Amino acid sequence: MRTSHVKFYQTGTFTVGNRLLSEDDRSVQSTLERTNSLNSGHRACQGCGEALGARYAIDAAMRATDNQLIAANATGCLEVFSTPYPETSWQIPWIHSLFGNTAAVATGVAAALRVKGRNDTRVVAQGGDGGTTDIGFGCLSGMFERNDDVLYICYDNEAYMNTGVQRSSATPPTARTATSPAKGPEPGNVFGQGKNVPMIAMAHEIPYVATASVADVRDLEAKVTRAMSIRGARYIHILVPCPLGWGSEPQHTVRLARLATESGLFPVFEAEHGEITDRRLIRRKVPVEEYLSLQKRFAHLFKPELKMDVIARLQAVADRNIRRFGLMNGGDD
Amino acid sequence: MLKQVEGSRAVAEAVALCRPEVICAYPITPQTHIVENLGEMVKAEHLTGCEFINVESEFAALSVAIGASATGARAYTATASQGLLFMAEAVYNASGLGLPIVMTIGNRAIGAPINIWNDQQDSMSMRDAGWIQLFAETNQEAVDLHIQAVRLAEELSVPVMVCVDGFILTHAYERVDMPTQEQVDAFVPSYEPRQILDPAEPVTIGAMVGPEAFTEVRYLAHYRQMQALWLIPELAEEFEQQFGRASGGLVHPYRSEDAETLVVALGSVNGTIKDVVDQLRDDGVAIGSVSVTSFRPFPAKALRAAIVHAKRIVVIEKSLAVGIGGIVSTDVRMALAGAGRPVHTVVAGLGGRAITQASLREVFVKAHRDLLEYLTFLDLRHDVVHREIERLESQRRSGPVAENILRELGSVADRIG
Repeated sequence: MRTSHVKFYQTGTFTVGNRLLSEDDRSVQSTLERTNSLNSGHRACQGCGEALGARYAIDAAMRATDNQLIAANATGCLEVFSTPYPETSWQIPWIHSLFGNTAAVATGVAAALRVKGRNDTRVVAQGGDGGTTDIGFGCLSGMFERNDDVLYICYDNEAYMNTGVQRSSATPPTARTATSPAKGPEPGNVFGQGKNVPMIAMAHEIPYVATASVADVRDLEAKVTRAMSIRGARYIHILVPCPLGWGSEPQHTVRLARLATESGLFPVFEAEHGEITDRRLIRRKVPVEEYLSLQKRFAHLFKPELKMDVIARLQAVADRNIRRFGLMNGGDD
Repeated sequence: MLKQVEGSRAVAEAVALCRPEVICAYPITPQTHIVENLGEMVKAEHLTGCEFINVESEFAALSVAIGASATGARAYTATASQGLLFMAEAVYNASGLGLPIVMTIGNRAIGAPINIWNDQQDSMSMRDAGWIQLFAETNQEAVDLHIQAVRLAEELSVPVMVCVDGFILTHAYERVDMPTQEQVDAFVPSYEPRQILDPAEPVTIGAMVGPEAFTEVRYLAHYRQMQALWLIPELAEEFEQQFGRASGGLVHPYRSEDAETLVVALGSVNGTIKDVVDQLRDDGVAIGSVSVTSFRPFPAKALRAAIVHAKRIVVIEKSLAVGIGGIVSTDVRMALAGAGRPVHTVVAGLGGRAITQASLREVFVKAHRDLLEYLTFLDLRHDVVHREIERLESQRRSGPVAENILRELGSVADRIG
């Protein structure tokens, strides 16, 4: 992808080694001028992927807009862990209205800015997967369809974590949640359900759609920067592992995000006006077991006995993504 | 300027005169003409400095208004009936955040059974949502209340619903004295928000609040509405001085001073009530009426002062609290606490049923003779109801009630002369 011109193969990541780069190439987060828009002292869990993703995304948006940014936030983990006084962590103008209306609130903010002639101030809307792919989906689609000047960021941790890990339309097949328990003949979330919101966003033919992960925050920053250079409706969908809901170790958050992309389960790509323009190639493909086995939500696939047939179905999902998005060498770029 | 104009057009022109900056529109009968007119004004550039946004639902309409208002823009929308219910969560949110949005309600029944005609169940469903609710008696008052509502909302930082009876007012062509832009500009200053999303001065709006402060935040919402009890009459007085006509205020008493029977009602039905009061006065009956303009905040003191001398009160209500009866009457009884006056509830005009002078006259005379029951349904077809109750009791699978009744009544065309 466009940020991958310098690769740190010795670590397998783009996130470290900023000190080896020139000042201009360093990440937003490694500069002293970073805004810390989501400041320390909030209530997120140890290893929270959403806090990590939001910190990088919003700071990048701040840099891209010369700090002229307003955020609208859906109800959810991000809202709850970041706002109650004295843990209020937002250093930017920030509004929370409801669970399902964030895209519409952002539309209203953008409209007010336009009518006031404040064209240099920009709007970001953000929410979790529940607030985006389920309850907020009507307002999101409306905002896309009208091509309102809003960047909507979905922090996808694949379930309703704030209310205690219930299934959403972003929960993957077989994953255990409180409402898709690991019981019965087909434990966990079922196959054949769920929606692919980045693809649905693309179907609205909005100017910019991207997926990203907290394993590659340089890429995430670059996508936010790119998004802020465009007017109209934009959508970035970020995979953010959740130690609490996934039953994973806090220190595995970035590792899991990387395994999700390197297995093909979470394709990382960019699209403009409905057409895919770039994808992040898998550098070293890993079998889905490597990703699944680190998470208790998939424990029933491994114990009491190994369910190879079910794992094979999940591998098929990953392989289809690899074919569909051209994630291995042989992609058209 | 005097005009013969449709109510919706008049409301749209009044809203436009208030220089709204963001208007969000979603169609629902009977408010549609209002937003259509405003949309046309923006598109034709008669109304400038205003964003007109076609949204995908009423929930989005009010949510867009919330975002716009929090960013310092004067925001307006309109809805009715199911639309108001669909935005219910945002209705509470707008007032909870203290955002001075003005919204027109073209009052309409709530289903099921689905019904597009007028009653006031929709506004009543949101009476506790923290919005000021003003009810217009005529289209002239609808115009004037919108102008006052913008001022009221912004001075208190509280959202205001202007409730206009669907069809009866929204679709009626009446003579309206339309104010000039200069007049409205002199009355409605530009919006100075108490809170604003601004990178120069970042604030967190809508933070989570726990038990340690929630009661205080809620109390202040109540406090601000109580302030409206003096601000509403003050604005009405100022309005009268500047525009030369009385409009708004808390309550409008009519021939009430020496009345033994007093009728209380909200909205356009007061026109019919006044006609019947005049007729009965001609017959020597000591009757009068009081139109309640501000339903929220409820003007308990002002209403009590206007009605406490009467021997009995009759409340004409275009809504029904299923399981108890009246909604407005409950508040009227509270305003009269300790006075020992009977308050009769008459549920009338549901789903657009015409409230006729003849029917009103009958209940008023009955009340005046102390023969009226505490809860009456005006012009209820008892025969139809009894047959359906029999059906319900005689067979388990009695079928859909509405369908049964309609089948029995036959087509509307069959019943016309």
